[in-house]
Amino acid sequence: MKNPNKQRLRRTMMFLNAQKPSLIKDPYIYKPDSIMLDLEDAVAENQKDAARFSLYHALKTIDYRGCERVVRINGLDTPYWKEDIRCSVAGGADTIRIPKTESAQDVKMVEWEIEKAEKEFGRPEGSTLIMAALESARGVMRALDICDASERMMGIALSGGDYTKDLMTHITGTGVELMGARQNMIIAARAAHVQCFDTVFTNLDDMEGFRKEVETIHLMGFDGKSIINPRQIDIVHEIFTPTQKEIIFAEKVVTEIDTKKAQGIGVFTVDGKMIDIAFYDGAKRTLRLAKAAGVYKGEV
Amino acid sequence: MEIIKPAAAGTLESSDCQVTVEKGDGGIDFSLESAVINQYGNQIRKVVFETLENLGIDNVKIRIVDKGALDCTIKARIEGAVYRSVDQYDNLPWGGAIR
Amino acid sequence: MINAVGREIPDYILNQTGKKPFQGSFHYDGTIFKKHGPNVKVVMNNSGSKLVPTIDEVLDKCDAHDGMVVSFHHHFRDGDKVVCQVMEAIHRRGLKDITICASSLGKAHDALVPMIEDGTITNIQSSGVRGKIGQAISEGKLKGLAIMRSHGGRVRALMTGEVKIDIAFIGSPTADEYGNLRAIGGKSDCGVLSYAMPDSFHANWVVGITDCLVPYPNFPAHIGQTRVDYVVVVDEIGDPKKIATGAAKPTTDQRKLLMAEYCTQFVVNTPYFKDGFSYQTGVGGASIASTLSLTKIMKERNIRMGFGVGGLTKAMCDLLRNDQVNCLLDVQDFDTSAVESVKNLKHFRISASEYANPFNKGAVVNKLDFVILAALEVDVNFNCNVVVGSDGVITGAQGGHPDTAAGAKCAIVIAPLLQGRIPAICSEVTTVTTPGETVDVVVTDYGIAINPRRQDLIECMKDVDLPFKTIEELRDIAYSIVGEPEKVQFEDRIVGIIEARDGTIMDVVRQIKPFEFREEV
Repeated sequence: MKNPNKQRLRRTMMFLNAQKPSLIKDPYIYKPDSIMLDLEDAVAENQKDAARFSLYHALKTIDYRGCERVVRINGLDTPYWKEDIRCSVAGGADTIRIPKTESAQDVKMVEWEIEKAEKEFGRPEGSTLIMAALESARGVMRALDICDASERMMGIALSGGDYTKDLMTHITGTGVELMGARQNMIIAARAAHVQCFDTVFTNLDDMEGFRKEVETIHLMGFDGKSIINPRQIDIVHEIFTPTQKEIIFAEKVVTEIDTKKAQGIGVFTVDGKMIDIAFYDGAKRTLRLAKAAGVYKGEV
Repeated sequence: MEIIKPAAAGTLESSDCQVTVEKGDGGIDFSLESAVINQYGNQIRKVVFETLENLGIDNVKIRIVDKGALDCTIKARIEGAVYRSVDQYDNLPWGGAIR
Repeated sequence: MINAVGREIPDYILNQTGKKPFQGSFHYDGTIFKKHGPNVKVVMNNSGSKLVPTIDEVLDKCDAHDGMVVSFHHHFRDGDKVVCQVMEAIHRRGLKDITICASSLGKAHDALVPMIEDGTITNIQSSGVRGKIGQAISEGKLKGLAIMRSHGGRVRALMTGEVKIDIAFIGSPTADEYGNLRAIGGKSDCGVLSYAMPDSFHANWVVGITDCLVPYPNFPAHIGQTRVDYVVVVDEIGDPKKIATGAAKPTTDQRKLLMAEYCTQFVVNTPYFKDGFSYQTGVGGASIASTLSLTKIMKERNIRMGFGVGGLTKAMCDLLRNDQVNCLLDVQDFDTSAVESVKNLKHFRISASEYANPFNKGAVVNKLDFVILAALEVDVNFNCNVVVGSDGVITGAQGGHPDTAAGAKCAIVIAPLLQGRIPAICSEVTTVTTPGETVDVVVTDYGIAINPRRQDLIECMKDVDLPFKTIEELRDIAYSIVGEPEKVQFEDRIVGIIEARDGTIMDVVRQIKPFEFREEV
């Protein structure tokens, strides 16, 4: 039941309050890779019920034109999360995001509810993916377990605000307080072959600071970033877009590996660099990113 | 389904609508206030009656103040108000009466 | 009779107005006509002053009578206090059947509605009407026909004598006792008097109204003593806070910024974007944002604007401050920054005639490369509506929309595809104000449509990475999201006409009809 969407491109995941019709009616015009329809923190306690109806019909009716539709459900310590899952799965959400994930058990509980809901509402088994937000020291330390907890797991995301509180510090703007979590999470995610997403950057007036942060997490190996405003999309996509040099090299690597493999050659050079099969996935990923960004029209 | 107590859902923000329901006098009593009534009044009424029929409601006073909401939002707000009026928040009939 | 934009203009309206149906935007090019001249009351005596103590007395001197035509300008915008003061004086005299010929009317003039209802005012000719007057006209309260004219069309109507103004009341921030009027100084600084200048040439009586009398000579005069009969000093001609507001903060609305970016990318990829290009834009958030992003690219590519024209805002005047444009040609100042800029030697005042009049020997709009416009609705034939709102009520003004669209080599309309639930791109606009043959490009948040009449533009955008769509595709996207709108229902009675800039009839506006649900099937 391998879900082909697990590895899709997710450079930007835009948070939207599921209760606000003006926000959820056409976020796709800004072309984020994913939208995250929020039932949790953005929705007031007395609107949790109303938000579900709004979410359900948005999922059923609105053509999000290829944007992945992630739903952030309420925490597993609330009375809401099970109905949130029923509603999301019935509506056909692509992915459920678990907030405040602390353990593999949390993922398994959500997985169980999703399975039930898929059966109840006649959704294909395995069609709903899971991602886990890590918002505490315990969650971050168990990142690998969490990544490995379900076949449905497509990625983990850092939630910096809560995490730094748990660490008894705060968001400083320097990134030093997030260093360990970021490092730990990206290693865990890569070990488990799932994706890894960075936390939001909340100061919309500091676009330079935002750019720096995106450059950092890009170099660290992250797949993308959570964003809170469409203004942030272009910068992320620009930084995650491979350069022409990288594209040409990746194209050569893929072509060469394909032909050399047929000839039984395992190691060879491209542009003076030693290349073997280990480069294949990375080169493919570069081309996929380039294609999504519209800077590569080739077919390799 | 029977409306039990008066209830409301939705807001007066742009692209939203506010729906209030209360027990009717033996039929559907519908009133609409909308900036787009000229273009979409009939369509909104159609959505309202369809949604109520799906929910099995035929005895209700329903009032909508619309701020340019799409059909999917109008449905969501009606259902929101109706299920509040009967205090049901779990095990909702997604894909059944809610569709 | 069906006119050139496919609108049915009833024969009785053609007979009643003596007008022809619209026959195409350039139908009258090259025509020769005889200019209308007004009466002139000769002043040879040297007794010295044209001051008259009150508006009431000036009405006597100017032979105010039933059925007369009085004119006003709209440079004081929502802060205007001239129109209501004068009309109240006329009302007190019990005069009837007055025609108001204003360059525009708005919220500041809601107090005229009772005068419409009691027959004091029976005809209104204006670029447009906002606020309660628009509502009153749409409800059928005006006895005669409202005529909506573009800024250029208004001057044409004065020149041809189609409208003969009996008394022009010109609010002026400063005046001297001999009738030299200036838009600068005083309490109600509005920068320019462009829309009043034609009235001073074509009215039988010209009255300057000011709240700031200055010593003679008030020079250089914007409207000079040779054209002014009387001057009245009143307590207030306007509310300065509403005349010129502080410059609007650049928008942070991502949708507007997206459209602005599309617009700018389009502009810079046309062959007209080169050193010395000319440009006009409006006051909307997206228009200002596109001026700002264009400014940035001009700097990067070292391209200078030749001239900017129209109603001006800070964003346009900053081009002059930063030496990125040779000069500005000004017909209206929307913010204090623009009013301030008028002091710059390369910031010129021009009259409404120089700006946009189709019936002179060539207006500035004819030299425009780009104009960036807004619209309430655009249809699949690129016809625009800027006057009638989605509820069928007159709620906007033609302004310079049809003039600049006709003049500019590249007329771009920016509109979000959906205004709430109302699709901006539709099969047929409620009312045509600007004919589609003069609109070249429509920029929306969902994509950009080029008028198929402009194959040259389509060709040069072939390799440009922008979301191009056909206008029909944009409409279909809109309808797929919000549903196809039903047409607004109107009564049969025609309450107004949309006059084309050449004086023909572009469209008619009918009385609104209260909405009723369709009979259930």
